[in-house]
This record gives sequence, C-alpha cells and structure tokens, in this order.
Amino acid sequence: MNSTEIIEKFRTAARDPFHCVRSLKKEKHCPVVGYTCTYFPEEIVLAAEAHPLRLFGESGMVLKADAHIQAYGCSLARSVFEDALSGQLDFLDVMAFPHSCDTMQRLSDIWRLNIKNTVHLDLLFPVHLKSEAAGDYLKAVLERFKKELEQALQTEISGSALSGAISLTNRIRSALHSLYRIRAAAPERISGSDLNRVVRGCMILDRSTAADLLETLADELGSVNFPAGKQPVKRLLLSGGACLHPDIHDIIEQQGGAVVWDDLCTGNRYFDTPVPDGPSPVSAIAERFLDRAVCPAKHSGIDRRGKELSELVSKYEINGVIFLLLKFCDPHGFDYPDLKATLEEAGVPSLFLEVESGKPVDGPTRTRVETFLQILNQQEPMT
Amino acid sequence: MSKKDFKKSAAYMESVPKMKKIMRNYYLKAKYARYLGRKVAWITSGGPVEPLIAMGIIPVYPENHGAMIGVSRTGVKLCEVAEGMGYSTDLCSYARADIGCSAAGGGPIGGLPKPDMLICCNNICGTVLKWYEIQARKFRVPLFIFDTPFVHTEFTKEAKTYVDRQVEDYIRFLETVMKKKFPRDKMNVVGKRSVEAMRLWQQVLDTATAKPAPLTAFDAFFHLALIVTLRGTRTVLRYYRFLLDELNRRVENGIGMVKTEQYRFLWDNLPIWHRMRWLSRTFAARNAALVADTYTSAWCGTVDHIDENDFLGSMGEAYTRIYLNIGVDKMAEKVLNMIDKYEVDGLVMHSNRSCKPYSFGQYDIRRIVQEKRGLPVLILESDMVDARKFSEAQAETRIDAFMEMVGQK
Repeated sequence: MNSTEIIEKFRTAARDPFHCVRSLKKEKHCPVVGYTCTYFPEEIVLAAEAHPLRLFGESGMVLKADAHIQAYGCSLARSVFEDALSGQLDFLDVMAFPHSCDTMQRLSDIWRLNIKNTVHLDLLFPVHLKSEAAGDYLKAVLERFKKELEQALQTEISGSALSGAISLTNRIRSALHSLYRIRAAAPERISGSDLNRVVRGCMILDRSTAADLLETLADELGSVNFPAGKQPVKRLLLSGGACLHPDIHDIIEQQGGAVVWDDLCTGNRYFDTPVPDGPSPVSAIAERFLDRAVCPAKHSGIDRRGKELSELVSKYEINGVIFLLLKFCDPHGFDYPDLKATLEEAGVPSLFLEVESGKPVDGPTRTRVETFLQILNQQEPMT
Repeated sequence: MSKKDFKKSAAYMESVPKMKKIMRNYYLKAKYARYLGRKVAWITSGGPVEPLIAMGIIPVYPENHGAMIGVSRTGVKLCEVAEGMGYSTDLCSYARADIGCSAAGGGPIGGLPKPDMLICCNNICGTVLKWYEIQARKFRVPLFIFDTPFVHTEFTKEAKTYVDRQVEDYIRFLETVMKKKFPRDKMNVVGKRSVEAMRLWQQVLDTATAKPAPLTAFDAFFHLALIVTLRGTRTVLRYYRFLLDELNRRVENGIGMVKTEQYRFLWDNLPIWHRMRWLSRTFAARNAALVADTYTSAWCGTVDHIDENDFLGSMGEAYTRIYLNIGVDKMAEKVLNMIDKYEVDGLVMHSNRSCKPYSFGQYDIRRIVQEKRGLPVLILESDMVDARKFSEAQAETRIDAFMEMVGQK
C-alpha cells in the first residue's frame, strides 16, 4: 500500500468514524468502548480484546442535546451527546468518562441518566498529578477500571495481554512521533489536514491496523527524496484542545505557512511519552499519565504548560503560535492569557481563534488566519 | 421608607447591622494582617478552612469578595479589565472580577490583601484550579491543592485514602509555610466549633419551614458570609446563636419576611448578586417568598459525615461529598427533600453562565422535579456577577408566566 492509499484509509475513518467502527465490530465481534479524553487507558481496553473509540462529536446540528445541556456548554460535549441521543452510538457496549473538565464531569451524569443501553463507567482521575498520594490514587483508579471493565465484558485481563497492548500503543505513539518529525523537517511531505486525520484515525481504527499503516507511512514519507532548496515556510504551532478542523491547515498552507508541531489532544498530547517498562503494567500506564504533556484540566505545577510550550517553540523553530480553542472551553480559556504573555516575552507572535466543533471555519476566522500569516510573511524569512 | 420606619418594619432584623460590623472588622483585620504579624491565605469557598483557623492564619475568600463585587455592581468594570488581559467573557465572572481586581485594584473594598499562600479545593469546580494557578503565578506564593475526586455515584475506598492522605499533606504544607508545628490540640477545639457552627447554620435555615418564613433565601445569602469565611471561630457561634434567637422570635410572632407570603419557592444555584434587591422585590410583589435554596445549605449539608471528635480524620470525606461534588441524580434527591421539607410551590433555577458544574444537569433536575412532584419550574438564565448577561424585562416576563402556572395549581 502506498502513502496515498494509507492516508485515504485515515481520511475515511475520520470522515465517518461510526461506520468504520460498526464494520470493525461486525467483522471482529469485539465490544466497543467509547471515551472522551486522552487521559484514557486504551491499553486496558485493548487487553480486554475490546475496541477503544475516542468520540469527537459528529453531529453538526445540536437539537436533542439542547434539552439537557445549556447552549453555553462546549460544542464538543453537546455534539457527542447529540450523537448518543440520536442513536448513532447504539453500537457502544461501554461508555467511559475519564474525569477531565466540569462540563465532561456533568455530561457523564447526564449521560448515565439518559442513555440506558450501555455500561457506564467513570474514571475518577486525580486532577493534581504532582503528589505521591495522587500517583498512588491514580494507580488504584486504573485498577478499579480494569476490574469494572472485566465485569462489564465478562472477561479477564491478563498481565501478558496488558503488556502486549502497551507494546501496541507504544508502536502507535512512536510512529506518530516519527510522522510529526518528518512533517517538522519537511512539511510538504504530508499536509497538516491529513496529519490531523491520521492522528484522529488512530483513535478510531483497529489499533493493530493503525500501527501497521502508520509504520509503513512513516517509512515511505521518511525515505522520499525531495528536491533541495525548497521555499522557506512560516513554521507554526497549533495549541488547544481537540482540533476537529482540518480545514484550518489548508488556509494556513495556502498562505505559505505550515503547522509543524502542536499542543493538542488530537496531536502531541495523544502520543507524547511512551508507557515506560515496569514490573506492573497498570503502574506503568499510570506513570505515563503523570509524565506526559499535561492538559490544562490537570495540575502539574503552575508553570509547566508555559515551559512545555516554550520548549516546543524553541525545539521546532516556531515563528508563530495559533491558539485554536473551542468556545466555552474553560481550562484552555484560563491558560491562554499567561501562555500568550510567555510567548510575547520570547518574541513569538500568536493568534487566538475560537471555533465550534461540527461547524466549518467561518469567513472572519479565515481572514484572521490569512492576516496573521501575511504579517508573519512580512517578517524576515527563515534562513 | 425612612430609617426609623424601616426599623419598625418586618424586613428589619437586628442581626443585619451586627453581621455587617463583624464582616467589616474581619476585612479590616485581613487588610492590615501584615501590621498585625499575621499571614493571609486565599482559600476557595468550599475549602477546608479549619486548619488555617487553628494555625492563626487569616483566611480570605476571593469568592466572597466576588459576591461583594456583584452586589456593589462593580463586576462589569472588573470583568472588563480581565477581558482586556485576554480572559474570555465566557469564563467564570468571580474569577474574571478577581483577576481584574488583582491587576487594576478597585471593587467595593479596594481589593483583597495580598496572599501569603493559596489553598485551592476543587470540590466546587475545576475553575478554581485554573484561577488559583493564575494567582500563584502572579503572586509567586505557595499553592496547596486539595483534590477531591468527584462522587458520581459512590465515594470509593481509594478516594477516601486519597483525601485522607491529602489532609496530612495539607498540615505539612502549613507547617512548612508557617515554619511552626501544627497545633493539633487547638485543631480539636476549632473542629468542634466548626461542627457546631454548621449545625447552627442548618437550624437558621430550618426556621424557614415556618409559615410565613421568617427569612428568605435572599437573607440567607447575606447571613451565609460567616459560615463560609470564619467557621471554626467563636465569633461565628455567637453570631448564629443571636440570629437563631431572632428568627425563632419572628416565628413565634408570625413575622414573615414577605408580609403577604402566599407562594413559597425553592431557589437553585448561586444568587444573581447584582439583582438581589430587584428579584426580592419582584417576587415579593407577587406574594412569593423564596424560602430556601440549594446554595446556602451546601455549607452544612455534609455535617453528618464529620466526626467532631476526629475532625481531621473525617474532614476529607465531608469536603468531598459536598453538594456540588456529587452526581446530578444525588442533587435531584436533595432538591426533592428540600421541596418536601420547606413545602414549596415551585422551583426557581438560576442557569448561571459562570458556574457550569452547578448549571449543567439543571434541565434533568427540572424533569425529575416535574415528574416526581409535579411542580412548576422556572429557569432564569443569568450570571452571578456579570450584569451584562441579565435582562430585567425578559426575567420579569418569565416570572409572570411562572406565577400564572403556580396560580393554576
């Protein structure tokens, strides 16, 4: 399979994730576990021979969910719930809510009260990730989830199955990391919108298939010889929650820019840091959650996000940062002004965009991106 | 109405000036803490204040300050300062007003005294975590996070271990910051006082079961300040005993806060601080009294989980099980209990754009209340501090429609 065909598989999955997973379920007869956040132990689900599916909300129009969540709830939560209420998620066997923000926390309650055809599980993760007590608690939460899942799916999860699942997810992380490095070195080898679909596809497709496809894709793209002396490009970093707007990349690229790294749930935060080796697989999964790139809904020191962003900016020679936030996303909204100030101190320009899931990037947003790129292009070209 | 006439009216309560004096002294002491050789801790409204009291630290509540900003109608101006810094208008208005006030000063008391430490308990929301991180970066003072796992359906064994361990972490944090040993003997006394204060506060709220109710939710929002800020002190006990006596006398004499009380309602969510008087008058003009609320009772709702002889050993669980940290169905159960207890004719819900954990789930609670009690429910969309998100005309129309439904029952 060549790179175009592989990318098309990820595009198809991202375009219609439910169809993709329905087919997979039919073919493999495996239970499906839906989830809503990157702080989710996919490994435990895979070890139970089930299929983990990250939900992003496919319903553009929210009608039924309006009767349960106010309009000032984020579009991601409302849209995911619309999918459930309209029966599009009837193939789910288990719905799992890892604790993240206030909205998702309440969505879990509302879901439990209104959606009756799935087993409902909460993963009450700690918010504070920097204390010994939190580390121990996190391990206990994962152990509980393992037990509850075993009960729900009437199966037993062995240590060797968990180790196998860890190897598999680490393969995916490693291959995604390779793809990102290829993109950072030569952005023209894969478009930003396709890379976004590839990452999202990894949370949808059968994970073994995804790992094989990713590795082949990384090998192919990494070995292509491109002519030297390519045009300089403005190197951007996208920061925010889940990016469900691949079209933002097309706008950027039309203006001579390229997102060469990101700080997103549908990007770096998904694949950052492999699960380490360790005698206990569950403890190792917990270790990764404590160490990986942090989400603003968690606490890992007051300066950590700023430091991580600055490091990415410096490592990938970023010319500008675009904050792409979902409207009504509190954790990201609170972090934005201080992150912006940190970038300003380093002389890195940034742009703030607010979008809603399920709706295409609108005209004014497009104009702002274009203007931002034009301003960046007026600066000294990169050498 | 002249001052003299007001003193003779049913709305007058002797406790009110007493309370104002206590709060004035409290804020003065906090403002001049440095000169008194005292340390100041900023703490979230649902946070464990008792160890601070035992340690002699003055607790200051940005949320209480937020309420004062709301009442004084300086919220919009301060929120706009924060918005100018890049904080979205969709973020919590307490946080925006506090961040704005910290940056530019202003507000009803000219800003809060600078903190020596920050104590953040996320049992009320995830917003406080972000808010306190911002202030920790601004003031560069130690931040302690008391992380209380959410209780969707059960308080798990591992959550109990986790919060109990954090109580000990909290004590160690205070010892490190204050460079002195934590006084466990004093803590026992403070713990007992805190439990007594919660019981007294519950008794205060219970007086509203009388018909007519001697106080309304609007009064409770005012008298609440002490159970939030200073529980564990003698001042609180003295004050609530005084208030309780006064309320019991009103009950004995049949004095209601709404003279023409015909309808009784339950309020849900934080007050709309900038429209307290308007709402109180609007409902009173329709012979309606908001006799109870889910908000003020949150500060005594978990008293049964506290062992007053082992306050530190039991406070982790009590602070984790508070009203805002439990599942929507559990909240609905509490609402139903209050409906029965206070014999109300309807439920008024403030859909508060600033408080997502309080507001999301209200539509399902409304459905449960309608199904199980057949009561009319009014939802008013607004914001606790940001007056730009409230329309009197729209609210009045909704209240009139609601009163019509109540009248038909």
